[in-house]
Amino acid sequence: MLQTISVLVENKPGALMRVTGVLSARGWNIDSLTVARTLDAAQSRMTIVVDIEPVLRRQVIKQMNKLINVLQASDLTESLAVRREMALVRVRATAENRAGILRDAEIYGARVVDATADGLGLECTGPVEKVEEFIDAMKTFGDIDVTRSGIVAVSMESRKLRLAPPVQAGANGAEERPNC
Amino acid sequence: MSNLMTGANILVECLLREGVDCLFGYPGGVTLPFYDVLYDAKVRHYLVRHEENACFAAQGYARSTGKVGVCCATSGPGATNLVTGLVDALLDSIPIVAITGQVSTKLIGSDAFQEADTFGITRACTKHNFLVKSAAELPQAIHEAFYIAASGRPGPVLVDIPKDVFTGNAHYEPVGTIHLPGYKFSTEGHAGQIRRAVEMMWEAQRPLVYAGGGVISAGASGSLRELVETIDAPTVCTLMGLGGLPSSHPNFISMPGMHGSYAANMAMTHTDLIIALGARFDDRVTGRLDAFAPHARVIHVDIDPVEIGKNRAADLPIVGNLGPVLDKMNTLLAELAPSRKPRRSADRKAWKDRIASWAAEHPLTPSVSATEIKPQHLVREIDRLSGGDAIVCSDVGQHQMWGAQFLRFNRPRLWLSSGGLGSMGFGLPSAIGAQIANPGRLVFALVGDGGFQMSIPELATVANNRLPIKIVVMNNGHLGMVRQWQELFYNNRLSAVALDGFPDAAMLAGAYGFPGRTVDDPKEIGQAMDDAVRHPGPYLLNVKVSSFECVYPMVPAGAAIDEMVLGPPKAAAV
Repeated sequence: MLQTISVLVENKPGALMRVTGVLSARGWNIDSLTVARTLDAAQSRMTIVVDIEPVLRRQVIKQMNKLINVLQASDLTESLAVRREMALVRVRATAENRAGILRDAEIYGARVVDATADGLGLECTGPVEKVEEFIDAMKTFGDIDVTRSGIVAVSMESRKLRLAPPVQAGANGAEERPNC
Repeated sequence: MSNLMTGANILVECLLREGVDCLFGYPGGVTLPFYDVLYDAKVRHYLVRHEENACFAAQGYARSTGKVGVCCATSGPGATNLVTGLVDALLDSIPIVAITGQVSTKLIGSDAFQEADTFGITRACTKHNFLVKSAAELPQAIHEAFYIAASGRPGPVLVDIPKDVFTGNAHYEPVGTIHLPGYKFSTEGHAGQIRRAVEMMWEAQRPLVYAGGGVISAGASGSLRELVETIDAPTVCTLMGLGGLPSSHPNFISMPGMHGSYAANMAMTHTDLIIALGARFDDRVTGRLDAFAPHARVIHVDIDPVEIGKNRAADLPIVGNLGPVLDKMNTLLAELAPSRKPRRSADRKAWKDRIASWAAEHPLTPSVSATEIKPQHLVREIDRLSGGDAIVCSDVGQHQMWGAQFLRFNRPRLWLSSGGLGSMGFGLPSAIGAQIANPGRLVFALVGDGGFQMSIPELATVANNRLPIKIVVMNNGHLGMVRQWQELFYNNRLSAVALDGFPDAAMLAGAYGFPGRTVDDPKEIGQAMDDAVRHPGPYLLNVKVSSFECVYPMVPAGAAIDEMVLGPPKAAAV
């Protein structure tokens, strides 16, 4: 099973690259990645899905936490969290199979988001397995186009966010700065 | 106070506020506005001859003083030339602020002349980097850069500044506070863990302090000494930690690891408690990891939580700054000392005797010859003149390892060496920075003939500034360490390691206007070294040493550190 890392970052240019750089530096692939602003527009939440064994994953999360722009990186793999994915599917719909498509869509709770003379646009949301089953079901109706969002996750455990306080600017050198 | 200033003026203002007295750099098209302000600013600019050396010189300044070193380069090739120096500073945790010019904001991404994606390229080469998009953002970025470089685990920070940011105007107001909410580092260390660590130290029969570069960057060598003396623990210092405990201290063994002494590696193998202070269990120290220190429990103190458990699991981790952590440990150790120390004295004596007998069994003996100058003999000569008080900047390779084995350092910040990255060409430019930061002090650049030839252009910087650096080339005509590996592990097939064509030292130095000399007679080396040191200005001493000497002991790659090769293979009996 794949693992989920949730990263709260400052919404700044380059922040995404710094986080993914921790993974790419070791030649690891990212299975999926989502980023969007949080309630606070100055922050973004990333959900990264990877396949990394636990010891190295702990190491990688520590390295992410070390990044200046990262407020908190945590492993949601073992913790109480909700994971969802969305897929947008365009399926060619003929007069004959249109009813079948709509029936299957209903089974998976997918919604029609667009309809043209020769095709339907469908939106399916849910756990990854369900979304994948829906995509398989749609494939039986012929050629389809799929765009998946990747997993978004929210932790159901409250996590204390420890942030650094402001400091005085402008005192170069270790000896003048007690904490250096 | 608020006034309209150009970005270039704001930058210099911020540098002055950070207490920057000098920087090392090389100008170019997009940094022209900055250099125009530098023309009459109260910051001395030292013109190097290659940007990589600007970063190495800034490192020499930083490593020898503990202050942030500053270097500067133009966009494109200027910035890319800094990369080696930045990674070097990253691996050795050296506080550096690098300022690079960038093409104007409207040209970024258009493949403009001398454009490179410096922000992207240096992301993985720095602790953090900035691309400043307007003059108004500049003060915040500069002060954040200095704060990040110097605090926590120190490291290099790069600030990339487009030309129109240098020329653009903004109302300058001095920055009062810096707020980096994600930049958390623990300083104090967990009180309970510290208490438990102290208990472990008194429980251990054969404790060993393993001190790394963190002791030096934390300025904690005094506290280290106190701890070592209180618990009476033998101590090894890594390549980066040399000088953390004075070499003359009775508890100091030597450097451990691949070219560490027999006694240091045996002590590591047989200790029952490693007290790792600001060290990172680097592969050059541990050898084969699963056979490393098999009997030891580990107390690991580091300011960087990523280091804890990275290579060797810690039985007792403490995340914090070594300064306050060691002070707390010392207080608690002293409280317990009256009851515990007497109970441990027999153990300690036995343990120290055992280490002394390992040291006697296979001491680090400098080989000496009547017909040729042995490299160890040369290092001993430097040591004789240094007496443990000179700054020695080394390059990378055999001479570096012999330096680490035989040079004494009575204080921290005297041995400046590219440890983690192992960058050749580090020695001379870092000596430039060190000499500028320490004008009255004797500074040696101990370099090999390979690394020296990578930094020859800086002889002009040495000459221009009349820097009285004593450049000692340990010249064995080869890339010695690579040759050693080819001899030992590749059937002595010496591939691309002969460095023929080394220039005449007297003529080379003479061309730059200072004296130089070549010696190859062991009877002359002492006098030649005396002359070099007595000369008031720079001096180039090219010392021809035996070509085929190997550094021993040596832990072969993949071996455990107690599986040392102690000397050259004996000729087989026929």
